[in-house]
Amino acid sequence: MGSWDTFVQQVFNGLVLGSLYALIALGYTMVYGIVNLINFAHGDVLMVGALTALSAVALAHGLAPGIPGWGLMLIGMLAAVPVCVLISLLMERVAYRPLRNAPRLAPLITAIGVSILLQTLAMIIWGRNHRTFPQLLSSDPIAIGPATVTVTKLLVVALSAIIMVALLLLVQRTRLGRAMRATAENPRVAALMGVNPNAVIAATFAIGAALAAVAGVMYASLYSVAHFYMGFIPGLKAFTAAVLGGIGNIPGAMLGGILLGLIEALGAGYIDQFSDGLFGSNYQDVFAFIVLCAVLILRPSGLLGERVADRA
Amino acid sequence: MKSSMKSAAMSFAAAVALLGCGHKEETAAPAASGGTQVAGQGDNVIRIGHVAPLSGGDAHLGKDNENGARLAADEINAAGGVRLGEKIYRVEILGEDDKADPKEGTLAAQKLVDEGVVAVVGHLNSGSSIPASKIYSDAGVAQISPSTTAAKYTDQGFKTTFRVVANDIQQGTAMANFAINDFKAKSVAIIDDRTAYGQGLVDVVERVVKDHGVSIVAREYTNNKASDFNAILTKIRARQPDVIVYGGMDDTAGPMAKQIHQLGIKAPLLAGDGTCSPEFVKLAGDGADILTCSRAGEAVEKLPKGAQFMAKYKAKFGSDVQIYAPYAYDAVYVVVDAIRRAGSLDRGAITAAVANTDYDGLTGHISFDAKGDIKNGAISMYHVQDGTLNYLSTTR
Repeated sequence: MGSWDTFVQQVFNGLVLGSLYALIALGYTMVYGIVNLINFAHGDVLMVGALTALSAVALAHGLAPGIPGWGLMLIGMLAAVPVCVLISLLMERVAYRPLRNAPRLAPLITAIGVSILLQTLAMIIWGRNHRTFPQLLSSDPIAIGPATVTVTKLLVVALSAIIMVALLLLVQRTRLGRAMRATAENPRVAALMGVNPNAVIAATFAIGAALAAVAGVMYASLYSVAHFYMGFIPGLKAFTAAVLGGIGNIPGAMLGGILLGLIEALGAGYIDQFSDGLFGSNYQDVFAFIVLCAVLILRPSGLLGERVADRA
Repeated sequence: MKSSMKSAAMSFAAAVALLGCGHKEETAAPAASGGTQVAGQGDNVIRIGHVAPLSGGDAHLGKDNENGARLAADEINAAGGVRLGEKIYRVEILGEDDKADPKEGTLAAQKLVDEGVVAVVGHLNSGSSIPASKIYSDAGVAQISPSTTAAKYTDQGFKTTFRVVANDIQQGTAMANFAINDFKAKSVAIIDDRTAYGQGLVDVVERVVKDHGVSIVAREYTNNKASDFNAILTKIRARQPDVIVYGGMDDTAGPMAKQIHQLGIKAPLLAGDGTCSPEFVKLAGDGADILTCSRAGEAVEKLPKGAQFMAKYKAKFGSDVQIYAPYAYDAVYVVVDAIRRAGSLDRGAITAAVANTDYDGLTGHISFDAKGDIKNGAISMYHVQDGTLNYLSTTR
């Protein structure tokens, strides 16, 4: 296998990972852009989506064993999205809205609390063990050019791309999108213009949650496991990606996510060549965070620049 | 003014509720251990501690061990308990969760020591057993592990560390010999999860394999919480090894095997006892049958009392044995046997009696050498075929 082939494969690996990070990062970035809050519980929304899909798929398979794999995957997503949207709206209404005008630390700590709450509830409902997410799509290797892919990996990349384009269209071309941009820029003035800020903020949380639900189902299909703390590390990495691209900036989150995935894959693949054997692939995560630090030192507002609410 | 009073009242109520919850948990524990009385002697109960991960990726293995220990305790109690002098004692297992984390392991160890256990069966993970062994040694509590294979565990010079399974020097050697003789490998790629167990095991394999002239084409690392191995596997694929060796547990090996299959890598996967479970087969999906794994003991299902134990376990707990339940079972019996020979519940006497164990258990004959390792430990090799683990051979 030539080194070019390996490089292409690593790039593809990075794209798959990066697509997932991008989907989750969008949730972080949209919420931060509109209410200046880092929703630490967002990674756990992904986890709830994955576990809900797991239960839905098991139920559907039990009731009608003849459903094909892609049908079960669809059922899983259709079950996960409403549940995650509901949880996210509940979070916003109960935990974050009362603290809208509180000092910045309060909602932050609340977010951590909500995260722990979600994890504990999931542990009670779905148990402490790692659950196996059934293999719904074929996992046989398919060769496309020099890269070896599977149907699931292609689905992740394609679905993420479609969703991201759809989101950009939503934000740029629709009324809701205009309302979101206006509220993100200056909520008080937007309210004067006839925008209902509460509704827009709730919609933002809902959209972010829907993306996280899809990402959760894809994540579980890709790695075949789901468990109550699976949201922690992807959530942390996606937040890093959002900051990398410029927090509050939607194209920034997409770029940051893809970039972080590529950095991780290429880093793990080539780090020992760069460092002459001094650092091995166990420094994969360190590499990603070093890049983040470097970017923030050189360009503190992230790659595409911050976009936060103007709280005049 | 009103809303801030309301929120103050709510936060006060929340604080009281949290305090109440915490307090309730704490009072529950002393009640279970019979108040503040001395080491396991109150209420004619013999307290044996058991520590294993009951949450997280190894939870199924931890529960498996605890079930084995509880099965033994129930059997002993049903057969009339333990008679010491005039009194009849019943055996109670105090189970703790160490989450496979060394920090939690030391906390669990200290808690058990303070609760007055006479001996401990545990821990499961080498990374947790090793730091905990210092605490048990300082308290003079015998620690018999049913699954810790890292060589360092008994190398520390403590009088209280014992294990009923073979160690990683034997296991790594057996694995390396299998790679050389059965796979006829000329090149291997080695991955470990950087835990005390994974790292220690593959270091032995690496050493033996190098001594036989096999080349190590890749040396990669991951961690015990990872799920994406595509990057390191892609790198390994480019080097085309004959065998991939992995040191880690089944919750990482499963996804890894799946990804090996998905990347079109044809090399077999050779791994240690932490992966040799039915759970691996579930997690690996289509990639399960590339695994050849070792277990640090006899093939229990082939031993005379083995099949009977498996059936009894399944009937009581509704699931199959994962890996080490039989060893946890035997460990409890070893403790009780030591108590009977020592004739007392003194920790020091029990530890000395354990060191002189000469017991025929479910898993074979158990006696310990000067370091606490089991004498004549065996290593059994298995291969996954058609969704089950097939027994291959045993080296003694």
